[in-house]
Amino acid sequence: MSNDAKTMTIWQRGLRSDLIACLLIGLIAVICFYAMPSGLSLLTRIIAIMLLVLSIDLVTGYGGVATLGHAALFGAGAYAAGIAAAKFGITDPLLMLLIGTIAGAIAGFLSSLVILRGHGLSQLVLSIAVIMLAREAANKFSTWTGGSDGLSGIAPSPLLGMWRFDLWGKTSYWLAVILLLVVFLILRQIVRSPFGMLVKAIRQDPIRVSAMGAPVYWTLVKMYVISGAVAGLGGALSAVATKVVGLDALSFELSAEAVVMLVLGGTANLFGAMIGTTVFIWFEHLVSSVNPFHWLTIVGVLLVTVVLFAPRGLTGIADQLRDKFGKGGAK
Amino acid sequence: MSLFEVRNLSKKFGGLNVTNDVSISLNPGDRIALIGPNGAGKTTFVNLVTGHIRPDAGVVMIAGQDVTRLSPRARVHAGLVRSFQVTRLFPEMSPEEHVAMAILQRMGKVEKAFGDYRSMPEVMAETAEILGILNLTPIARSRVSGIAYGQQRLLEIGLAMALRPKVLLLDEPAAGVPSSDTVLIERALDRLPPDLAVLMIEHDMDFVFRFAQRVVVLAAGTVIFDGTPAQVAADPQVREAYLGSYAE
Ligand SMILES: Nc1ncnc2c1ncn2[C@@H]1O[C@H](COP(=O)(O)OP(=O)(O)O)[C@@H](O)[C@H]1O
Ligand SMILES: [Mg+2]
Repeated sequence: MSNDAKTMTIWQRGLRSDLIACLLIGLIAVICFYAMPSGLSLLTRIIAIMLLVLSIDLVTGYGGVATLGHAALFGAGAYAAGIAAAKFGITDPLLMLLIGTIAGAIAGFLSSLVILRGHGLSQLVLSIAVIMLAREAANKFSTWTGGSDGLSGIAPSPLLGMWRFDLWGKTSYWLAVILLLVVFLILRQIVRSPFGMLVKAIRQDPIRVSAMGAPVYWTLVKMYVISGAVAGLGGALSAVATKVVGLDALSFELSAEAVVMLVLGGTANLFGAMIGTTVFIWFEHLVSSVNPFHWLTIVGVLLVTVVLFAPRGLTGIADQLRDKFGKGGAK
Repeated sequence: MSLFEVRNLSKKFGGLNVTNDVSISLNPGDRIALIGPNGAGKTTFVNLVTGHIRPDAGVVMIAGQDVTRLSPRARVHAGLVRSFQVTRLFPEMSPEEHVAMAILQRMGKVEKAFGDYRSMPEVMAETAEILGILNLTPIARSRVSGIAYGQQRLLEIGLAMALRPKVLLLDEPAAGVPSSDTVLIERALDRLPPDLAVLMIEHDMDFVFRFAQRVVVLAAGTVIFDGTPAQVAADPQVREAYLGSYAE
């Protein structure tokens, strides 16, 4: 084993640790599957939102772009997949996911052209404008989107012709887990690559990057396209799993909550996005079932606590502990 | 034709002529010092030349190519590289990552979305060489925010080396460095390729005399002297501009 490690390149070692992380995530997914057979649709929802939060991590955590409109990309994927199924009879679930991914990438490209015009606060305002316009458009074209009633009539055919989307959501769940693992592996490659390093550098000092002769604007646009694809996949997954798409997929609330989940988990390491989403939605689910009237207050208190005592999020706490007790881990 | 030529460059901020009809040219291998009192417009000159600020008038040429209207990035590709008076680095990244990124940029690989630079032998070898020249090997993997300012200044020079420019503009490379460490900076500058044209802004006249074959003096945005180091100290206009502070 240690002999192997010596002959492996750093890239291969990175891939190995990613595969180990995938095994762990898969193991957790198996445990969850057996531990709460009635909670599979909640878990699937968590994974769909996780894809949205991961996609925000790419542009905000890594790229430093401030956005409160990212659900536009998620919603684009959800509506594209939903409309393909409900209006064009494209019910193959993988095809629906592909359509959602492409729609998300296109939405990412278009919104980046708007959002990257601004900096700081104006960037934030532009991103809010994007989500509001997107929502308004979906409301307006109700013949296509179902407007405020939502888009129904989405009936995905069995996955690969073999697995029906059952009442318990088992097929959706495993589909979601596999998508998450694939996305995670790809994103780990991207963030460790020269391109990923360039994006991180742009967050820290774009003028320095341009003085080194590297592209700033188009690099961020590209990252936005990748991010849009991931968010669009998340939206399409939610359309496939829930068989409806509502205007809430295109909401400012979802955009803002997703940013909160990212901050809660910790930015720019991908794990934070996944942990933050899980903790937030889980907590929301628990608290709202115990006390449906005050769950927002309780979630608010949780957030203030995290931001005050662990400004770098839950994964930041882990980093601090690791720094404190020596071991410099691979990151 | 010169390698690098600035003709009649002008810039006003408000009513103030910060750069006033400045012309300078450099040939391969030149070592030129640009000096002048604080606020003379030296940094603005660099910003105008590299495209970080738009000039009101004038032309910037690199190897016969008019780059006056190009972006800072395109000028780097044409061979013009600068360093910053106040260090601009990426605080969360290591010296190794800085230099590797500059090398990747030069090789046209900085946008590769796959692979890891640490698994690219040609990138790693050159990175190690540059960090070695600068004595930065021991801290190659530390965060830049945690290393000494003098080391950050050296890394600024390292970035310039990694980009292999034709023309290098150094804005006070030794500013803020304890005098005990300026020798390290001088040594790093000695290792620059001989055919590279270098224009250095610097206040320490001893350093200027050791470094430059030619000195250009800027005062209130205007070139008031362009000649050898031996002549500059004797020039009455230069003496006046400095109110005698550097003249011996
Ligand atoms: N962006 C700017 N806007 C307005 N005035 C500026 C700007 N940059 C520099 N100046 C002014 O231009 C003059 C020259 O500044 P600078 O080029 O930094 O001088 P030096 O580098 O020679 O010390 C100073 O008076 C400074 O206040
Ligand atoms: Mg200056």
